[in-house]
Amino acid sequence: MRTPNDLELAKLTKRYGDTVAVNGISHLFAPASYVCLLGPSGCGKSTTLRMIAGHESVSDGNIVLEGKEISHLPPAQRGTAMMFQSYALFPHLSVRDNVAFSLKMKGVDKATRHAKANALLELVAMTHLADRMPAQLSGGQQQRVALARALITEPRVLLLDEPLSALDPFLRIRMRAELKRLQRELEITFIHVTHGQDEALALADEVVVMNNAVIEQAGPPREVWGKPRTEFVARFMGGHNVVTVDGGRYAIRSDMIRLGEGLPATATGVEYQGDRVAVTARTATDEEIVALLPEDAFFTQPIHPGDAVQLGWDARWQHPLEA
Amino acid sequence: MKKSDTLRGWALASPLALVLLAFLLLPIAMIMVVSFWQATEFAIVPAFSLENYQFLFSSPVTYKVFWATLRYALITWALTLLIGFTVAYYLAFHIRSNTAQTALFLVCTIPFLTSNIIRMISWIPFLGRNGIANQTLIGMGVIEEPLEWLLYSDFSVILAFVHLYTLFMIVPIFNTMMRIDRALIEAARDNGASGWQILANVIIPLSKPGIMIGTIFVLTLVMGDFITVRFMSGSQSANVGRLISNDIALLQYPSASATSVVLLVTVLLIIGALMRFVNIRKEL
Repeated sequence: MRTPNDLELAKLTKRYGDTVAVNGISHLFAPASYVCLLGPSGCGKSTTLRMIAGHESVSDGNIVLEGKEISHLPPAQRGTAMMFQSYALFPHLSVRDNVAFSLKMKGVDKATRHAKANALLELVAMTHLADRMPAQLSGGQQQRVALARALITEPRVLLLDEPLSALDPFLRIRMRAELKRLQRELEITFIHVTHGQDEALALADEVVVMNNAVIEQAGPPREVWGKPRTEFVARFMGGHNVVTVDGGRYAIRSDMIRLGEGLPATATGVEYQGDRVAVTARTATDEEIVALLPEDAFFTQPIHPGDAVQLGWDARWQHPLEA
Repeated sequence: MKKSDTLRGWALASPLALVLLAFLLLPIAMIMVVSFWQATEFAIVPAFSLENYQFLFSSPVTYKVFWATLRYALITWALTLLIGFTVAYYLAFHIRSNTAQTALFLVCTIPFLTSNIIRMISWIPFLGRNGIANQTLIGMGVIEEPLEWLLYSDFSVILAFVHLYTLFMIVPIFNTMMRIDRALIEAARDNGASGWQILANVIIPLSKPGIMIGTIFVLTLVMGDFITVRFMSGSQSANVGRLISNDIALLQYPSASATSVVLLVTVLLIIGALMRFVNIRKEL
């Protein structure tokens, strides 16, 4: 399903001397979708984003947006806009002038650019603080301004580099709902780099998991979480146990493991998590398995570390992994 | 408890306060007092008289010399700013490796291991009538007669000032530039700013405190100088410092004090005006 306004990476590579930061990745981003680039630090996700933005040169490969090769264009001519991790607001300019910056660079007159900036500030609900300086804003407010400044260039792809990492947990959840709302309203592609799988699952239409400079797995969040392709994805996305059964490697959802009949093991830890309880057990083959049990079920038959338990699961939850 | 805290506060502040009092405020107060005394050819009379100031403000020489001093300061300021900003910009934004940055920065400071006067005097054999500069130019056939204005001229005075004081511009500007978040430059580029637009809209505004500190250094150093002007102009040019030093040589302390007070007030007014433009406090 190719439409004219999609973004495609083809054999995209970034080398720093002998080290390869991004190793020939190819991917087609669906138009107007919310994509999360997910992976541990150093996996190449930020470098990929910065190459799309044009802040990092491309060693090899192509970036195509709307059928146009953009990897050699300067950042502002690509049809992308970037929101920086630190927000990078100009400390000497007011909120309104920060948002209007790109228009000023184009030589748009003051009245027009301020009118446009006001419209964008309204979109992110920051009109009342338009005359403040960035240092007088909270983290969440700064982020809204950074968002407005990126969106004023009318990008077809908005690139967000760990946009929520500087916020406290409550604000993070509120801002991510807002990001999602904006993406839906603007109908453009958001590419959001994060190392938090919960963030990716909550936001993304498509999750792209990266590790060691390559894409490990890409797909809708339900698919990536529920059917991890490799052991790395299963462990990184969380909520899975990786076990060896009959010589093959399988991922089994922790919440689908039941205590009762099955594999004998010894409980090594019990962790209360509010709505449920995580029981860690060690099997005879020295594999660690975590079972997530509903809170009320656990406390009718509590288990203590050191107790012998038996772990069982339905065969349909035994998901095979590629080596 | 409260009382001893107050006491401790005063005790902690007192050493610096005493040093400033003894070595800054008292001497200035002394100069102020002496500036109102009277002097004859052979005696200094403690009195309260405005005649030193009356003479100073009525003499056309004063205005001429103050103007000359200000002119030196302005030209030196413009040149040191241009060179200092360029060097600082190059060091801060074009040198990528930290080691190279530190090394080049040290290179900038090496000339300052020798004394000001020696560095100044070493221009003299270079710029003189039969100096290296003139001989080279004649040898290359660029000129036929030696250039007279190379030495003992405003040119040589300003050359020496620029040579002596550019570092005072480089250091504070480099310092503020190093504090500019590099993401701001990427953000500006992301917003379509060209290299010159980034310079004008991001780097210069954010370097202003450094520029201001450098400006204050250079202005006060040049305004207060007398030795450079004397050596490099071959005693042919005057500035306020030389006016004061001549008075002192003639034991005319009251007149020298009055001139000093006027110079001090002038410099303070200039700095006060500059401070209104830029808030440097957050940089200190």
